[in-house]
Amino acid sequence: MKLKKDTPLERIINGIYTENPVFCLILGMCPTLATTTSAINGLGMGLSTTIILTLAELIISLLRKIIPDRMRMPAYIVVIASFVTMVDFLMAGFTPSLYKSLGIYIPLIVVNCIIMGRAEAYAGKMKPISAFFDGLGMGFGFTIALFLLGSVREIIGAGTWFGVKITPAAYVPVNIFVLAPGAFLVLGFLVAMMNKLKIGAGRRPGVDPTQGNMCGDCMNCMKLGLCSGKAECEAVKEAVPAADEGNKGV
Amino acid sequence: MEIIMIAITACLINNVVLSQFLGICAFLGVSQKSDSASGMGMAVTFVLTLSSLVCGVIYKFLLVPFNVEYLKTIAFILIVAALVQFVEMFTKKFVPSLYEALGIYLPLITTNCAVLGVALLNVQNDYDILTATIHGFATAIGFWLAIVILAFIREKMVFNDVPKPFRGFPIVMITSALMSIAFFGFAALK
Repeated sequence: MKLKKDTPLERIINGIYTENPVFCLILGMCPTLATTTSAINGLGMGLSTTIILTLAELIISLLRKIIPDRMRMPAYIVVIASFVTMVDFLMAGFTPSLYKSLGIYIPLIVVNCIIMGRAEAYAGKMKPISAFFDGLGMGFGFTIALFLLGSVREIIGAGTWFGVKITPAAYVPVNIFVLAPGAFLVLGFLVAMMNKLKIGAGRRPGVDPTQGNMCGDCMNCMKLGLCSGKAECEAVKEAVPAADEGNKGV
Repeated sequence: MEIIMIAITACLINNVVLSQFLGICAFLGVSQKSDSASGMGMAVTFVLTLSSLVCGVIYKFLLVPFNVEYLKTIAFILIVAALVQFVEMFTKKFVPSLYEALGIYLPLITTNCAVLGVALLNVQNDYDILTATIHGFATAIGFWLAIVILAFIREKMVFNDVPKPFRGFPIVMITSALMSIAFFGFAALK
């Protein structure tokens, strides 16, 4: 399916499937692992991040000609942090139980690399409408991933889904899936499954954070400080698809 | 005594990476080689201890007296960013040997959620400034321990024949899961 670039529909499909922030770009790992103890927590975290991401991208895109290039990082941080504070208050007021279970991870949305990464890679350069839908698409992609992870962990680990018992009485819940190790385990297996599907379909698997360029954009590359410059990143990006022709560079 | 308990809890029982999931990006990104993992651990220890102290002081003497505690998220992230810049400039000029060791890791730490997370936890738990600083230091030691262990395992894992879909990210996740289970053992210390 070929869609015109930067149209609303293309942006949403891109965020959910082509460049899913969790499964493909491996971004925003902290909330992904920490808040997916149940389906409802995953969904809540995903939706609050979506709201912040969409609004922050919109505002940053509107301000892109006013913010001087050298001051853009602090400016982005202030915009994002303001929205996070607002959502923090709204959730404390309207969804107190969810607010309690997400706890410290709501203010920590500020340092979620998805938001900073999209602000830097997309919203800072594009028109407001495209940026808005990019935020929406990325947010939905993130929400779906968190919801999936939370559902798997809750069903296996507690035998319930949205708090309702769904497994037969004979099933003994495997408690460890709700605890910390379960998060690592389930995410590892889900990404491996995605890789398997992609290898089967002849596409290259998700960006490997352990190999060179971490997230497809320099801002969030963990090797930012170690990198000699953009040229190296570009070289890695070009080299990766070439190596994958024979499924070697997995 | 209570302070020692807080330190042990922060370092081993509630390990920042393996049970609280803070600082995962750095944990995954800089754990390929044990010496760079150790450098990252050192830089995080340095910044986390300092930022716990500075954030604690600013919260107590600036935000609380003016009744603007709700600005803590914005204030803390800007403090951390400024602090990292400052530490970088300071070490470059006065302690070049330290800069050589930490320099490349410092810019990565601004977006490390462990730093902001610990500052927020200190406020949430009502720690005084001394306790907060020790809590920050112990948390960072826990991070250091976890990242160095992972790096050693990954150095060995290079020689293993991992199934194709599991190569890279997924196998590191599964390794972390096993480490996390191992760290459950420390709960008995409580």
